[in-house]
Amino acid sequence: MRSVVQLKLAPAPSKYDFEALLRARGIELPPLSIDTLQVNLTKLCNQVCRHCHVDASPQRREMLSPEGIAKCLEILERHPQIGKLDITGGAPELHPGFDAFVERVVALGKHVMVRHNLTVQLDGHPQTGESKEYLPQFFAKHRVEVISSLPYYQEYFTDAQRGSGVFRKSMEAMQRLNKVGYGVAGSGLPLNLVYNPVGPYLPAAQAGLEADYKRELRDKFGLVFNSLYTITNMPINRFRLHLDKSGQFEAYMEKLLAAFNPAAATGVMCRSLISVGHDGRIYDCDFNQMLEMEVADARGGPLSIFDFDFDRVLGRRIRFDDHCLGCTAGSGSSCGGATA
Amino acid sequence: MSNYYESDDLKRFGDIGQHAKALADDFFRYYGNVTGTDGALSKREKALIALAVSHAQKCPYCIDAYTTQCLEAGSNPEQMMEAVHVAAVMQAGITLVHSVQMQNHLKKIVL
Repeated sequence: MRSVVQLKLAPAPSKYDFEALLRARGIELPPLSIDTLQVNLTKLCNQVCRHCHVDASPQRREMLSPEGIAKCLEILERHPQIGKLDITGGAPELHPGFDAFVERVVALGKHVMVRHNLTVQLDGHPQTGESKEYLPQFFAKHRVEVISSLPYYQEYFTDAQRGSGVFRKSMEAMQRLNKVGYGVAGSGLPLNLVYNPVGPYLPAAQAGLEADYKRELRDKFGLVFNSLYTITNMPINRFRLHLDKSGQFEAYMEKLLAAFNPAAATGVMCRSLISVGHDGRIYDCDFNQMLEMEVADARGGPLSIFDFDFDRVLGRRIRFDDHCLGCTAGSGSSCGGATA
Repeated sequence: MSNYYESDDLKRFGDIGQHAKALADDFFRYYGNVTGTDGALSKREKALIALAVSHAQKCPYCIDAYTTQCLEAGSNPEQMMEAVHVAAVMQAGITLVHSVQMQNHLKKIVL
């Protein structure tokens, strides 16, 4: 009988192996703290942005359960070390428990940030038609920090990335936020904007762009805001698809790799926050969450909000992959903008 | 390879160091010092000048490189297109101003 020898070929090592790069540079990135709980309430969104790493859209149904929300509240209440809640999506305001969640977390004395896409104020709920025009007043009443994507201060780039008509609606939504005090000096109601490139290139310097945004939005639309955060596009999901279709993936990865900045690496956000998915699982960041890169504790056990143990989560090993080059290129990138 | 101006050749700019490394090193140091830093002009302004020159010199490598560079420096398509118009109008003006030479010569040869 002839023996059959099966050759098992190991997968070719990636040219963009982030962990190998860290080893070669002698950089270790263990978690430092958990000061922010970032919760992705839903993948449902009124928009379909071309770069969205969540693949969010009006058709998505994923929602964090009421039990999941209760567990997040319990975690925040029990752990004074976790001072901030960062609510994201999709459009998180479309979750039916959003308002009550915000109210209860604010009552705990935590700092609440909402990743608000602006247009949901005017579009409303894409499935039920429920109006969301009350949001500026609701945000102001609870003094939450509003963080809104606006990829450019002009229509061309904004609509190219976020859909036709989004720029015009975003200006109207910002006017409504300004009217209740958001972004206005001395109001204590912060409105921060997020810039990200409209293609496979790196963001310009944050301070210079912020000055441009402030001048143009003030002069052309009479709008004000506090800070601009520059964020690099991650080569995953919908943006990855665009890179593949347009034959630009390799060039973009080469660009990210060439721009690797050790100072940005030490400041990556996964060292101080954890990300919670709609199913209650815990991830190192929202990008890893969308790639379903679940984290495990030091013994290899899965981590979730339903059996949350602060020390087990803090003792985890952060999972890295090729896309992490997006957070370490140039001036760095995080949910709070440049890191270096 | 059967075509001139292969886009992949842009990545091989460093190959100009073959057979003349010291001169290439000098060039790249100069190039980096001029274009890669904020000086009396910002990197954004320098990138727009370079984009205009790229068009005037009709260099496809440079047009690709400085279109991206302008975006990474925070410029927008309106500013970039105006820079190209500066290049275009300079070239038109340079052509037209030579007509003074033509007129000078006309005066000389016409009775």
